[in-house]
Amino acid sequence: MELQLDNLCHAYNDVTVLDRISLRIASGKIVCIVGPSGCGKSTLLRLVGGLERASSGAVLQMGEPPADSINPLTYIFQDFALLPWRTVGGNVSLVLEDHGIQGERAEAIISDVLKRTKLTDFRKALPKQLSGGMKQRVAIARALAVKPAILLMDEPLSALDSQTRELLIDDLIALWVREQFTAIYVTHNLNEAVRLGHSIVVMSRRPGQVRAIVDIDKPLQQRQLGDADLELKQKELWDLMREEALAADQELIRV
Amino acid sequence: MSKQKLQSNVDGASEVVFRGGGFKTVSIPWVGFVVFALLIAFLEWGTRAGWISNLTMPRPSDVFATFVDLWRSGLLWEHLFPSLTRLVVGASIGASAGIGVGVLIGLFSLIRAGLVPLVSAIFPIPKIALLPLFVIWFGIDEASKYALIAFGTFTPTVVATYGAVDNVDRSLIRMGQSFSLTWLSIVRKIVLPGAMPGILSGLRVSLAIAIILLVAAEMLGAEYGIGAYILEAGSLYDLERLFVGVAILSIIGVLVSAAITMIEKHLLSWRT
Repeated sequence: MELQLDNLCHAYNDVTVLDRISLRIASGKIVCIVGPSGCGKSTLLRLVGGLERASSGAVLQMGEPPADSINPLTYIFQDFALLPWRTVGGNVSLVLEDHGIQGERAEAIISDVLKRTKLTDFRKALPKQLSGGMKQRVAIARALAVKPAILLMDEPLSALDSQTRELLIDDLIALWVREQFTAIYVTHNLNEAVRLGHSIVVMSRRPGQVRAIVDIDKPLQQRQLGDADLELKQKELWDLMREEALAADQELIRV
Repeated sequence: MSKQKLQSNVDGASEVVFRGGGFKTVSIPWVGFVVFALLIAFLEWGTRAGWISNLTMPRPSDVFATFVDLWRSGLLWEHLFPSLTRLVVGASIGASAGIGVGVLIGLFSLIRAGLVPLVSAIFPIPKIALLPLFVIWFGIDEASKYALIAFGTFTPTVVATYGAVDNVDRSLIRMGQSFSLTWLSIVRKIVLPGAMPGILSGLRVSLAIAIILLVAAEMLGAEYGIGAYILEAGSLYDLERLFVGVAILSIIGVLVSAAITMIEKHLLSWRT
């Protein structure tokens, strides 16, 4: 399944947030979206997943999602969005219950995704007992449980400290190498973008437009922290963004 | 002392003054009992020594003796049983209706727009003033007492409940929608548990109001009941019996509050 964003525009009242965004999300690739704060990248992600309605334009789904996909468009949120009153296992089972998956079938899925995210020993723990990195791994496990066709990640590592972030980047790469999932990955962190993105969409400040698309051909599993070529790409992205970021920073907030 | 030591040992050095601390509640369980015990001991001493007249304050030991008499004669249960029944029936009706309406107000804008002004209009009415009305509607029997207690519990529960529903983390609801949970599942598994802390702390207030209204309801045409007992003692200026009645109400209040604390510990153990 692929996604096609077709001339997407969005406005809150009379403030235009997104302006004519057209993008194609190819299957099996991670597309990173970077941009200065307030450029509407999170809004864009909400439009793509159907949590918000675009003012004009459309998000088109090309082809059918795989038959075993329970929730084709699945989010991973910055604030984890775990139910604090459910255990790790309970948080995963929450998203299966409603799709009629219970008992042994649910059990098999839950233990599989917890194993893949190295959470098996923490199944009975409550979110309050977990560190930020662990919480986000629970959220990733929950997302994997519904076998998404496309993962929509909204700054998934932004609430974490830099060491934890580094560990989770490795985890995400390992997951992708195992089963080349499709993802839109919104971030303001350029290092995350060059580590995880097959292509990086740079957005301008509000009203958000696609300013450039930078492709990185180096395979994900060969990318390391501090790679010289990645540093160069990161520099290239920063040069594209610098003035926009500066201007965005000095704008008065009207929304 | 250590500060001075440091100053004398190292030239020009002094320990940084500690200025953190405080502004943090810690649980000290026995202090409450000590306060009660001290107060009672003080009254006992004053009334025995004579500088508190028996007319202004009954002696605590006499009050206790009156309570023991009441217990021995079996009258305690004759008063307590109908009172507790009224409290349980009235408060259950009021609280469950209140939670129901509160959740509906929290979930539906139309119901909110229609009912919030009405609830605000009903809230400040002293429910005791409506007692004659309830007698006309429900008769002089138990039903009017239930209605008064229920009505008094209802409004604070509604206000607390819809406030609690409003405070449920929107990002959790959005998460539920993003996983295509049904509307009912989102309400049942996300909104209600998320509103539970607010609902329970609202119940603490509403149940205290229910106890106040219990006495008010029993002041009108009840032969038995703690309220009737207090009213009778009051009209005779029998301070010992008056205090026995009041103490029983206080104990009921403490027990209800302890019960809610236990429910909170059980249901809300997930809170940090």
